[in-house]
Amino acid sequence: MARHPYQVLSPTAILGYGFPEDSFRNGMDKKPDLIAVDAGSTDPGPYYLGSGKSFTNRLAVKRDLSFMLRAAVEASIPLIIGTAGGSGARPHVEWTLEIIEELARENGISFRMAVIHADIPQADVLDALARGRLRPLPPAPQITPVEIRSSTRIVAQMGAEPVIRALSLGCRIIVCGRCYDPVPFAAPPLLEGFDPGPAYHMGKILECAAIAATPGSGRDCVMGLLYEDCFELESLNAQRRFTRISTAAHTLYEKSDPYSLPGPGGMLDLRNTRFVALENGRVRVSGSRFIPAPTYSVKLEGVKPVGFRTISIAGIRDPVLIDQIEPVLDSICTEVEQGFGGAGRLLFHRYGQNAVMGALEPEKNVKPHEVGLVIEAVAPDQEQANALCAYARSTLLHYGYPKRMSTAGNLALLYSPSDISCGEVFEFNIYHLMETDDPSAPFPIEVREVGR
Amino acid sequence: MKTVPLTELAAVIRSKNAGPYELTLDIMFKREADYLFLKEAGFFTRELFARLYGIAPDQVLNVVHFDPAAAVKATMVRPLVSGALGDTDIYGAQQHAPLLALQVPSPGSGS
Repeated sequence: MARHPYQVLSPTAILGYGFPEDSFRNGMDKKPDLIAVDAGSTDPGPYYLGSGKSFTNRLAVKRDLSFMLRAAVEASIPLIIGTAGGSGARPHVEWTLEIIEELARENGISFRMAVIHADIPQADVLDALARGRLRPLPPAPQITPVEIRSSTRIVAQMGAEPVIRALSLGCRIIVCGRCYDPVPFAAPPLLEGFDPGPAYHMGKILECAAIAATPGSGRDCVMGLLYEDCFELESLNAQRRFTRISTAAHTLYEKSDPYSLPGPGGMLDLRNTRFVALENGRVRVSGSRFIPAPTYSVKLEGVKPVGFRTISIAGIRDPVLIDQIEPVLDSICTEVEQGFGGAGRLLFHRYGQNAVMGALEPEKNVKPHEVGLVIEAVAPDQEQANALCAYARSTLLHYGYPKRMSTAGNLALLYSPSDISCGEVFEFNIYHLMETDDPSAPFPIEVREVGR
Repeated sequence: MKTVPLTELAAVIRSKNAGPYELTLDIMFKREADYLFLKEAGFFTRELFARLYGIAPDQVLNVVHFDPAAAVKATMVRPLVSGALGDTDIYGAQQHAPLLALQVPSPGSGS
């Protein structure tokens, strides 16, 4: 049977968010069994999966990884990176591998590394749809083959199984593509025979590192201690601690239902979970159960391109114009879009007037003394988006609205150049569960000898 | 019935995406007694959140009372998927303001 406790060091909430060196050293002094870190999220929106770019900064990721990589190799413990490069598709994984190989060269270290890919070919998703093995995660809509074919990139969240396979192949450094957030923290103890209930629940909390402590921080280290039937959390910075409330509260974070948390192959059931404060700012969590699903499903995430964007930012301070801003912008929108023959979309965001909450805003009729305007044009290519934005900006700048006194210009343009090309625009279009007979099959493992 | 601002009883009031299709609201109470009072009064309902946000009750997917954190969570359908054309809050982190203006039955009123 496994020894106790299994200690997991979580250095930071997202790889690249940073951590104090002292906290990390405190963690390594306790001789952890594993260093694990989550490197991704869908929160930054569809652009990053679509473009293949990371939402984190390369220098910051390299800085964080340099500590983790050297410490893991020196201590001969696994280092597992989840959802590499922010979105976990092939370009994001390659971006991370380049940083790791650079660090291995610069530090003269060598290791056997597993790379686990999470890209799902369109053909596999189409096949799953045809065989009734694909279903939307409500409120995501039903999907059609046309919609699947329009996707730029599709990834699936891997469960623990492929990571366990990589560990069995003797790999100590494991870089995962898109991955269920708790997996990097839970897979090694699962391999050692720990109960998946506490292991996954601990992973759920550790993937956000010190965000669940108080005072919370996205850039500090914590330790999870896994026992047979419970786990404990400990801050590695004396300025923070875990409390019953901070830990329980984190269970709510970014979830729709705190009692049942679905993941690959099953559900984490927290109906009988107890949070108990211990001495020295530690908390013990027990009673969390993992209930395997009758069929194994993985969550797919996909995006499709919708055009290119150009924006322009300006202020409006004229009360005569602010009084009639809505009808003025409506008529400009119609006029300009028609002038473009329906090839693009024009949107006006009026900061100071329901720009943040839009349809959900209860205070609809507030009259501000100034309005921050963002003109947004989206068109099939960058050239057309630039033209649409420029046309809207110049039309608005000199638009002759009723009772106008300021005939020199309607906009306080913020910058020269006034218009900013933002590049390609993507939308999420796949958020579905796909059944699979073999939890490892969609996630091919590549073994690389690094620094040899 | 006597009321108090929710901000007097709550320690945390926040909004965030729960995946790109859902928006979730969390209210965490300072005192367990206040939380239990409002829970037993059945104050937090789908209808309440629908009214606060001007949406149909079926757009509020659930309202959950989470005793271990003395917290109420409500999850609703995002009017637009995160990052879709016209979406104005990619992380959904600034959709909580209507809760800051909410009056709730006073736990001290005995009614």
